[in-house]
Amino acid sequence: MRVRTVYGVLLNYRGALAALGDAVRRPPYGAPPKAPVLYIKPANTLSAPGAPIFVPDEVEALEIGAALAAVIGRTACRVPAERALDHLAGYAIANDVSIPHASYHRPPIRFNCRDGFCPIGPVVDRSRVADPGTLGVRVFVDGALAQQNTTANLIRPVARLIAEVTDFMTLSPGDALLTGVPEHAPHARAGQRVAIEIDGLGRLENPLVADGAR
Amino acid sequence: MKIARVAWSGAIHEATDAGGGALRLADGRVVHEDAVVWLPPLRPRTIFALGLNYADHARELAFGAQAEPLVFLKGPNALVGHRAQTRRPADATFMHYECELAVVIGRRARRVRRSEAYDYVAGYTVANDYAIRDYLENWYRPNLRVKNRDGCTALGPWLVERADLPDPMRLALRTTVNGKLTQQGNTRDMIADVPFLIEYLSGFMTLDAGDLILTGTPAGVADVRPGDEVVTEIEGVGRLVNYIVGDDVFGRG
Repeated sequence: MRVRTVYGVLLNYRGALAALGDAVRRPPYGAPPKAPVLYIKPANTLSAPGAPIFVPDEVEALEIGAALAAVIGRTACRVPAERALDHLAGYAIANDVSIPHASYHRPPIRFNCRDGFCPIGPVVDRSRVADPGTLGVRVFVDGALAQQNTTANLIRPVARLIAEVTDFMTLSPGDALLTGVPEHAPHARAGQRVAIEIDGLGRLENPLVADGAR
Repeated sequence: MKIARVAWSGAIHEATDAGGGALRLADGRVVHEDAVVWLPPLRPRTIFALGLNYADHARELAFGAQAEPLVFLKGPNALVGHRAQTRRPADATFMHYECELAVVIGRRARRVRRSEAYDYVAGYTVANDYAIRDYLENWYRPNLRVKNRDGCTALGPWLVERADLPDPMRLALRTTVNGKLTQQGNTRDMIADVPFLIEYLSGFMTLDAGDLILTGTPAGVADVRPGDEVVTEIEGVGRLVNYIVGDDVFGRG
């Protein structure tokens, strides 16, 4: 299935929110997020397994964002959580790549929306994923384990996220909702290879290449 | 030339202006503008929008100058055409229109210089990019709950081709609510103008045909209520009509 619009959600792992500590109550934020904080990975970012991720010349390393993508199969508008998973075609692994940035105050277009910054693996039918809330997530940089976490740590599990999002915006077949990136996302440099594994979904692997080589 | 997309007689058509309130469909039929359903004049690829891009509007919202353009993105769910309904949620206390010049990119653009930026423009249309300020939070502000709601970005009526608009940086904008003038400005007062925005965005990402850039709104935003008719108009580009409705119309509450 062809992926259409890709949406991401900020700070959806408990550890990611906790890692900000008291900063969430200080300016410019003032308070922790109330509603899901969404962003878009636009068409130019979409990429495939094995495709190079270009590292901009002015940047030392990129942040590797291991995300479970919930891919819509049936139009989802105002869907209650109890029925949310029925609207999915399946799940995929996404690498929500970004240039490391300390502030979440303004939309991160310049950091998140570079060409090829969102490799996505094949969609695995939802019938093959018994519970999207118990999947181990692992990131490897040059073969070495650099991060591990589990979707059990999502603040808003997949079904609840779909319910809250579709209350105000319709998700259409092919749209993908990246359900969050765990805290302490590893960094990787040009010349390294990154791989993301999510239980039951396989492995998404991409090389990082200096943008000058493009 | 200016081109519309309309639904009529069981199909979706491209249409041109036949004069006297009539449209000429691509297949030759001529129909009255009131007889069709106006759709957004294009199905965009990536939709960019600018916040605080007119100094007077930034002052109105009590913001100083931005270090770099405040750009956010929208999804296709937000778009509706000319004469559509837009929902105001019952719990909103401040929902405002934003009259904006929308620029349609015509071909692939990567690291384009300002001096050549217009070569990459296909045309222009009018956008009314509603915001519901009650839902603002300071995380990736303005977030999608404020700016990417179903049907909260009206677009149209026409896509006006670039050749028909020699100077897009000198166009009067105005908004009326129920016939009363509430907002007026001129595109010459943009902080980041159209060539700058194309240079800026294409400097770090590749733009492509069908990308759409909503260039921000001048001062004069005001609260709108169910029953209001909101007309956003840009000189030489078009007059876009939108109707505010309440939750009841959508079977809510």
